[in-house]
Amino acid sequence: MGKTTTSASISTGLARRGHKTVVIDFDVGLRNLDLIMNCERRVVYDFVNVIQGEASLNQALIRDKRVDTLYILPASQTREKEALTKEGVEAVINELSETFDYIVCDSPAGIEHGAQMALYYADEAVVVTNPEVSSVRDSDRILGILQSKSRRAEMSQDPVKEHLLLTRYNPERVERGEMLSVSDVEEILAIPLLGVIPESQVVLNASNQGTPVILEEESDAGQAYDDAVARLLGEEREHRFMTAQKKGFFSRMFKG
Amino acid sequence: MSQTTSDVSQCFQLKSASVSLTALELYFFENDTFEATLRDKISQAPGFFKDIPLIVSLEKYEGPTSELDFFKLIGTCRRHNIHVVGVRGGTEDQRRLARNAALALLPAGSQRDTARNQEAPAADDAEQAAALPVAPVAEKSSEAKPAKIVTQPVRSGQQVYAPEGDLIILAPVQAGAEVLAAGNIHVYGPLRGRALAGIHGAAGARVFCQSLEAELVSIAGHYKISEDLQESGWKAAVQILLKDDVLVALPLDKA
Repeated sequence: MGKTTTSASISTGLARRGHKTVVIDFDVGLRNLDLIMNCERRVVYDFVNVIQGEASLNQALIRDKRVDTLYILPASQTREKEALTKEGVEAVINELSETFDYIVCDSPAGIEHGAQMALYYADEAVVVTNPEVSSVRDSDRILGILQSKSRRAEMSQDPVKEHLLLTRYNPERVERGEMLSVSDVEEILAIPLLGVIPESQVVLNASNQGTPVILEEESDAGQAYDDAVARLLGEEREHRFMTAQKKGFFSRMFKG
Repeated sequence: MSQTTSDVSQCFQLKSASVSLTALELYFFENDTFEATLRDKISQAPGFFKDIPLIVSLEKYEGPTSELDFFKLIGTCRRHNIHVVGVRGGTEDQRRLARNAALALLPAGSQRDTARNQEAPAADDAEQAAALPVAPVAEKSSEAKPAKIVTQPVRSGQQVYAPEGDLIILAPVQAGAEVLAAGNIHVYGPLRGRALAGIHGAAGARVFCQSLEAELVSIAGHYKISEDLQESGWKAAVQILLKDDVLVALPLDKA
């Protein structure tokens, strides 16, 4: 669906703007973030080790080789996801918030324990959705959990600020009626749109190579992520990549 | 063969019934104060309190159990034509006292706390009660309760319940969400989930929405699923009501 790809790109984007950023992988048992960030060979200790006091945060944090204000806290591949306790996660997040400007929590799929831990301490949430009905329905469910089970909800504080990020968007397929349009998704979920990431081979290539897509600056997906990060920081940017490109003369010749 | 059953006509039959009652939430008991408060409440809506059954809720009782004189309480209520029929909640001792006074024992209410913050001040009760005769919407409940108002979208997997009155939602009700009310349900947005109005049997309850896209609509137990709802008023602003035990969707602009 694009959650980990998005976490990698957003955290890289924040760090590139000079903010000290850490990205935490909450997907215990299925860790992927370190692959996408190309640091899987440097993992010694992980998030669960820190929670259980077997390692200090400094031992577990991995500094990114491309952007030096970016750190990764990898997930454990061998532990049970129940190892993430509310108290443990809170302690880690509190400690991180002393030194970092932004803490990005990469949530696992679904609405189970891991996802609930990832969203519990959130101030803002980026809900990643694909333009298809089932994905939008799942996002609606997770928005409901954000509104009822996050710490902000439980403490009756201001609600978690919600953002919608639509990934794998293909305007041609929308025109053919094979995908939901941006306005359909916005209308159903009723939360503000952070960005639209076009469906692109670049995204796949980048994650296979262990590069956050946002660093592929020439690509439309990379630019779309950069726009999204700018908007997250409060900048106004016009939405791009939402309409089908006019076919050029040659492609029209070939495709008829 | 079974002569006994055919010869003797049945004296009665037991049926389940759900009736909504007024609960008196008691904080402490002192007979004079109690009577003064009661008199004041009754003066606000004299017709409403005439001969009504009442249950005494002890969940918020903070006074000493020794002061809880049910005989006095019942007597005072009786003088004002109010019939105490039972108690709800309370400690074991308090419930024993109630039992000695021949009161029925009801379990502690579970939905009370969630409904509490929506409850309007008591003065509103009188207004609502006075307005009741002109709005015979809820047949079985003899009282109108303040509506529960929700401003956030009701998301998939969430449930919103208005156990006593109307439910007003100023946002979409998403697919996979469920909204229930004893009275009417108003949705000022698309209704994509399930809406169950009149859940205690009020056949006069209605469902109103800006755009009918529901998975299910039910009124007093009569329901229609999405497939059957498509026939009329789909994706339009409609009200749904019960006509001869069949749900009918009527466009709102022609109402």
